[in-house]
Amino acid sequence: MSRKDQISKPLEGFLVLEFCQYLSGPSAGLRLADLGVRVIKIENPGKGDLCRILPIKDQWVEENSLLFHTINRNKESYTANLKSEEELAEIKKLISKADVMIHNFRPGVMEKLSLGFEQVKNINSKIIYAEISGYGKEGPWAKKPGQDLLLQAMSGLMFNSGDRDDAPTPFGLAIGDILCGAQVVQAILAGLISRNRKGEAVKVEISLLESLIDFQFEIFTTYFVSGKRPLRSAVNNAHPLLGAPYGIYETSDGFIAVAMVPLQELKKALNCPRLEAYDQSMVFSKRDEIKSVLVDFLKEESTGFWMEKLQSRKLWATDLKNWKQLKQTKGYKEFELEQEIDIPGSKSIKTNRCPIRINGEKLWGAWPAPNLGQHTASVKKEFELNDKPV
Amino acid sequence: MKLLEGILVVDFSQFLSGPSASLRLADFGARVIKIEKTGTGDICRQLYVSEIEVANESTLFHTINRNKESFSADLKDEKDKQQVKDLLKKADVVMHNFRPGVMERLGFSYEEILEINPKIIYAGISGYGEEGEWKDLPGQDLLLQSLSGLPYLNAESSKIPTPMGISVVDILAGTHLAQGILAALVKRDATGEGSLVQVSMLESALDFQFEVFTTFLNDGEELPERSEKNHAHSYVAAPYGVYETQDGYLALAMGSIPKLAELLDCPPLKKYDDPKNWFRLRDEIKKILAGHLKEKRTKYWLDILEPADIWCAKVLNIEELIDEEGYRVLDMEMTVFTSKGQEIKTTRCPVRVNGEILKSEKGAPFLGEHNDAIVREFGLMEQE
Repeated sequence: MSRKDQISKPLEGFLVLEFCQYLSGPSAGLRLADLGVRVIKIENPGKGDLCRILPIKDQWVEENSLLFHTINRNKESYTANLKSEEELAEIKKLISKADVMIHNFRPGVMEKLSLGFEQVKNINSKIIYAEISGYGKEGPWAKKPGQDLLLQAMSGLMFNSGDRDDAPTPFGLAIGDILCGAQVVQAILAGLISRNRKGEAVKVEISLLESLIDFQFEIFTTYFVSGKRPLRSAVNNAHPLLGAPYGIYETSDGFIAVAMVPLQELKKALNCPRLEAYDQSMVFSKRDEIKSVLVDFLKEESTGFWMEKLQSRKLWATDLKNWKQLKQTKGYKEFELEQEIDIPGSKSIKTNRCPIRINGEKLWGAWPAPNLGQHTASVKKEFELNDKPV
Repeated sequence: MKLLEGILVVDFSQFLSGPSASLRLADFGARVIKIEKTGTGDICRQLYVSEIEVANESTLFHTINRNKESFSADLKDEKDKQQVKDLLKKADVVMHNFRPGVMERLGFSYEEILEINPKIIYAGISGYGEEGEWKDLPGQDLLLQSLSGLPYLNAESSKIPTPMGISVVDILAGTHLAQGILAALVKRDATGEGSLVQVSMLESALDFQFEVFTTFLNDGEELPERSEKNHAHSYVAAPYGVYETQDGYLALAMGSIPKLAELLDCPPLKKYDDPKNWFRLRDEIKKILAGHLKEKRTKYWLDILEPADIWCAKVLNIEELIDEEGYRVLDMEMTVFTSKGQEIKTTRCPVRVNGEILKSEKGAPFLGEHNDAIVREFGLMEQE
């Protein structure tokens, strides 16, 4: 196996052990791998990461879900039964060689396996130990399943999207998992920087709930300051805190988005008589009225017609694109966002690359996701995990 | 514990994407100095959200820029420019979110900064990359959502494409930039070399969708379809969704339909015993479930489902959330103070370090508040 790219990546030479499944922890492992670290997934020998058997839209690549392949490319897999003393001893030896370990078990599980931070520090005094939970380690929710939709439900997030009279509307993506994974990467890297300077182990912890509260920091702070819960607009809501015209509107043949555009400018661009009754001081107090006027007016002409008027004045607006339309644009092609991964014994798959560029170079990482336990033997040999101490 | 103690970040960025990245660096202990335009400063100072102000400036500005210092400068004035350059000689990181070409025109290109500080980490967020046909378009969150397909994933299929109601692209691009900066700092410790770090909001918006976009790229490019009712995720089978009850709403994640039929005492669901049909027939299944769950209160259902380990939760708004013990134990709130004594209650950094939460009382700076102190500390007047 060889890496397709020869670019030097910023985190080369670091070793991360990923005791994680599903998305939050593994998406953090993926980002670290893209930045150059070596990531070894530690999996249960029976089924491994349960994401292997969790398909979305019933898409599979041989025996693993396409979803698993998407999240776990560029990693190795090592299986160990952590309840076996012998295999646990091997894992501890591996931990002694690692820079970072990440887990997303429910609170208390790692401690019971003698792999809690205090215990691991005795094996490796310079480890960065990262722990992801659903709701933190204390309180009535500590044992609840840390699943993304449930966290969206409990964090208040569902009252930001959709219109005021709609049911609570979730984000159609696992925002809690993804954001929490991104934030744990930041914390791990800050931990490595501290360790380089101070020589000490660091433990970082985060929960999906804290991530989603942090995500809504503008909403929470506005609520704390005003005492009023920010409400979705009743008409074409796009952000509870933003006034008219902020939103997405239907045209005669598609949709356009209009962001923060001063009302005076919008009037000039659109020539809409009913807008004349409003000025900038009313964009919050008459938000729904103004937006209703625009809903009726913008329906009358095509996307192209409106975009010409808005963009010629350099106003903040765009036509909407679905993925097919996006893929056909020159702009998309220029980005080279896709990478192709050859999977032994199967068709190749296409997926996104890392969004960060270093020294002007894109970071490719087209190693296929590992089969369960694919690297157990080679890792044991390389790190001499079988050798008895002399 | 301040993980980034001793690291100096000089931040030219405005609005949300860049400032949210430097906020996190400040939370971790870095010192962040905002470089702001004399007179007006970060445009976010005047960006009123929901009419709520703090000290005649926007709440949003005070939220994102707490724990930072402000140095105001007219970058077209040679003396001011030289002061900022002298400051950059001492910096570990410089960051910006100007449109492509602006830093270059101001005389702060990567090459120029490298000459005065060869180990600098130079980081930038753009809307659509540094080159190509979109590079000059405004990098605004709703526009990026609209261009990257995100609104087609949310709300029921009868609704128009529905954006995510938080500035998700700004925030994710900010996290990606912080990741790149931190990785570059780790590398600098190992090799002594600085780096250029670049992120674009468009790439961040598509990275956010990597699971579903990959599915699209490999399933013959079928566009996502939202559920007719109780929509939560275009790619996930029933029962995944949000359901109305007699007194509120209930979220149900992945689960077995026959098991739900039995637990909820809902016989019409029994016939859906083949998991292969739960995606294809999701609207049908959800319709039955929605009718049934409306009959009783949320607590009634939770008391049945939670003990059976079904993944479910009550839907809370933030007012309800902050009344919960589960919220209180997180200790998420903190109060910051401006130098004039205004208090602002806000939320803390979500990360704990060595078991400790990270709080800081330092509020956002007023425009140019730290000019004199910074000039003295860094000897920026020596030229005269």
